[in-house]
Amino acid sequence: MPKENRKPASCGCGSQLEPATGIQIERDTEASRGLVGSAPARLTLADRWGGWKVRWGIGRRRYRVRPGLYAVGKPDRESVVLVTANFKLSFDMLRRELGGIDAWILVLDTKGINVWCAAGKGTFGTDELIRRIELSGLRDHTSRRTLILPQLGASGVAAHEVKRQTGFNVVWGPVRARDIRPFLAHGMRAAARMRMVTFSLAERLAVVPVELVEAMKYFLLILAAWTLLNLIPGWGSMHRFLLGSAATLGALLIGTLAVPVLLPWIPVRSFALKGWLIGMLWALGIGIAQDLDAALLAGSLLLLPAVSAFLALNFTGSTTFTSQTGVNKEIRLFARPIAISALAGILLLLGGSVW
Amino acid sequence: MQMRYLHNVASLRIDERKCIGCDVCMTVCPHNVIELRAKKAVIRDLDSCMECGACRLNCPVGAIEVEAGVGCAYAILRGMVAGSAPQCGGEPEACC
Repeated sequence: MPKENRKPASCGCGSQLEPATGIQIERDTEASRGLVGSAPARLTLADRWGGWKVRWGIGRRRYRVRPGLYAVGKPDRESVVLVTANFKLSFDMLRRELGGIDAWILVLDTKGINVWCAAGKGTFGTDELIRRIELSGLRDHTSRRTLILPQLGASGVAAHEVKRQTGFNVVWGPVRARDIRPFLAHGMRAAARMRMVTFSLAERLAVVPVELVEAMKYFLLILAAWTLLNLIPGWGSMHRFLLGSAATLGALLIGTLAVPVLLPWIPVRSFALKGWLIGMLWALGIGIAQDLDAALLAGSLLLLPAVSAFLALNFTGSTTFTSQTGVNKEIRLFARPIAISALAGILLLLGGSVW
Repeated sequence: MQMRYLHNVASLRIDERKCIGCDVCMTVCPHNVIELRAKKAVIRDLDSCMECGACRLNCPVGAIEVEAGVGCAYAILRGMVAGSAPQCGGEPEACC
């Protein structure tokens, strides 16, 4: 990673922030004062490639656009003003919905974080919105005193405070950018389904890659240690090495892929238990298929479900419906049992007879 | 399919005496947790509440209480180890 990218972009005007691909930066003329640039409603191949990469966790922390005011199409003083985050994926998902619409996009400095996460941390927040309205010279470009914010920004922005301090009305837009067109067409009213956050299979799969990549980093470490262990003369064996690797990989995939995919159909609400249940089926399956002896079977039953349970519990961070109080309760209930079970499992497996 | 988290755990509370029935909480709630009965906001579906805090922040009369925060296990565990509030990711500005 180049050093300059590590600099926090807290000032929001850092020169390291490249404009998004295809975005024309305006010269600093009187007419364009405060304007960052114009953004086409069409995404380029480079935009799509960049979006795909961040879904896999590549360069996710520095996928940003410069905060400020952008023009989509040929907006005038009567055009709508849409507000979003400076995570480029968020910005792109909004502007690609605006084909044929003349609009302003006000991009807040959320440190490259998406609207919902940033709202949760307050960076997509009341203060930043008020600051950005002033910094961008928005009043010079629009006679409207209405801002359309994504509904999920509401955990960071207090609409009545924005009104009180700036005179701008906040209208809560739809949850998803793809509903912005019907929202505008119906006089800025969102149908009930546009107000609901969902977590469909497609949406679950979209957040899986990042979790998968993280888990694979741990897997490579485990694999390295496991390889060394199996090089010990008289202890290691190819069969043991392969079986142990496959069993561990399976437990990781259960927590990061199988649980997210099967989420609504696993008949318990606790995420740790969801992971534990599927992990237990996996461990039993291996035990039966490989005809493991008592020590190894017990070790597998203790270790593998614990690994899956931990990763499944960790997936609560990517969901759209779990609460912090709930996750706290799960951690209080399950963190210790998971750790003890995993440790006991490892001891049994290492001390047991040849796999 | 609507998924719900742990039963009867969410910390959402609405003070009916303060509520003025403006329904902004219903607008910002992403899980349709709240409904209006006799011009008062009431909790319709507590188990769907994810404690995002949007209703509390946007209630103009402070009638709503909810412990909003980072709901990710890794962040909470990091916070516990560090003896502080839940911490996201590796960098202070990062998120889960």
